[in-house]
Amino acid sequence: MKKLINQVDDIVSEALQGMLVAHPDLIEINLDPKYVVRKGAPVQGKVALVSGGGSGHEPMHGGFVGHGMLDGACAGEVFTSPTPDQIYECTKRVAGDRGVVHIVKNYTGDVLNFEMAAELAQGDGIEVQAVVINDDVAVQDSLYTAGRRGVGATVLAEKIAGARAEEGGSLSEVADDVKRVNEESRSMGMALTSCTVPANGSPTFELADDEMEIGIGIHGEPGRERVKLEPADRIVDRLLEPVLSDLPFTSGDRVLAFVNGMGGTPQIELYIAMRRVGAALSEAGLRLERTLIGSYITSLEMAGLSITLLRLDDEMIRLWDAPVLTTGLRWGM
Amino acid sequence: MGDVILDARGARAWLELLAGTLSEHAGELTALDAAIGDADHGSNMDRGFKAVRQKALNQDGADPAAIFKQTGMALISTVGGAGGPLYGTFFLRMAQAAPGKEQLTVEDLRDMLKAGLEGVVQRGKASPGEKTMVDALGPAVEALDAAIAAGKGGEEALQEAADAAERGARATIPMVARKGRASYLGERSAGHQDPGATSSALLVRTLAQSVG
Repeated sequence: MKKLINQVDDIVSEALQGMLVAHPDLIEINLDPKYVVRKGAPVQGKVALVSGGGSGHEPMHGGFVGHGMLDGACAGEVFTSPTPDQIYECTKRVAGDRGVVHIVKNYTGDVLNFEMAAELAQGDGIEVQAVVINDDVAVQDSLYTAGRRGVGATVLAEKIAGARAEEGGSLSEVADDVKRVNEESRSMGMALTSCTVPANGSPTFELADDEMEIGIGIHGEPGRERVKLEPADRIVDRLLEPVLSDLPFTSGDRVLAFVNGMGGTPQIELYIAMRRVGAALSEAGLRLERTLIGSYITSLEMAGLSITLLRLDDEMIRLWDAPVLTTGLRWGM
Repeated sequence: MGDVILDARGARAWLELLAGTLSEHAGELTALDAAIGDADHGSNMDRGFKAVRQKALNQDGADPAAIFKQTGMALISTVGGAGGPLYGTFFLRMAQAAPGKEQLTVEDLRDMLKAGLEGVVQRGKASPGEKTMVDALGPAVEALDAAIAAGKGGEEALQEAADAAERGARATIPMVARKGRASYLGERSAGHQDPGATSSALLVRTLAQSVG
């Protein structure tokens, strides 16, 4: 294993300390338990948004803490959900007078830990509404699985619901925005290479030089199928087909396309993918209204990408365009 | 009621043994998890039981239930993943089944393990046959019940429970996972032993080694 770290046990806390050195104007951190909050939290008169999950997906979630997005983010160990006491402490720290929305990605550990945390917070009289994100079409949604995983839609939901909270939306309005973004989004990812969880020291899975994994999860979980490497345009089509047909997106829909790097993919390759996304959407009669491109929800050093499409309406576009000031996303201010 | 087979000292000895055993098996548990999950079960359990050693086993005079409660709290606050809430709930419910009792009989332990199992089922919403911890803990509780009904002594009854848990863990190999991250693999989850059932079997085995 070759990584730019000091001690494996110190990775998460040292990364949080580094975030604070870099962005003292935007965030505050707590190390025991570990979380990042918006500078000056709690903000009175505003619904607070809290998310969290395993570390190793940076900039998600800590990178989305700030004006117009999250109030708090709980950082678990690498690829491991944060703990209930951690989420509970973060929730208490950011709760103003209008309640807290928990944005939870659909993984068994995250759901269980956020559930226990919400029970603890409600015991203190803090109103909490939790919304689970499950936009990954690579996974079958049935009674026989834990359901679809939460991936790219998380970032879009945090931005759009965060804007609603910033302009004074109520607890249920903010939670409803998260639900709507989740309902109107579909995603799928792929990997060219594996990632190495520092505590394990060796790659999570093996891929030959001429292979790729279609439908990969953001923790290196195997996807739908392993196939021979193909040109970028063909890979994009493979990801878009199930994304488009699942919602389904239909001709005339206005969409936001989010082309996301998995951590080890250079920006130049993401642009090559975005080129094909634009052409394919146009062939399908969709109107590309907004885009997001870059590595926002990553899987350590994995090479690969995911594509998320969100069906937009005027209200969502307005909230998407609203000012945001976080370490990972910033515009309009 | 049967003879006393576990007191506070015994409970601490069990948790020490379990912590050491999980640490020894951490690589194996993580490898099982890498095959069908996200490759963190061994390191998570090891981290959790290191915290149990620091927080729960350093205090004198407590009764077994109090020790189990501290164990549950330590696991909930350090393990993360699904294992944290599930094992944490398991120990918290064990504690609630015999509060304040200083000397435990095999019947007490059966009631505690049963309460722990029910907590895991409730929190994780898993049924038998879904390739989870329940597939090791369920058979263990059933075997313990049967051995007690057959009039067997505490040590023998717990050995049978441990055997049943290990058989249960091995029986998860052909199962298709329906809960947790492994369920995403569908049919591809068959052919691998469930890491949670495996750590649960270690839990029951070390308990059997610690009574008497």
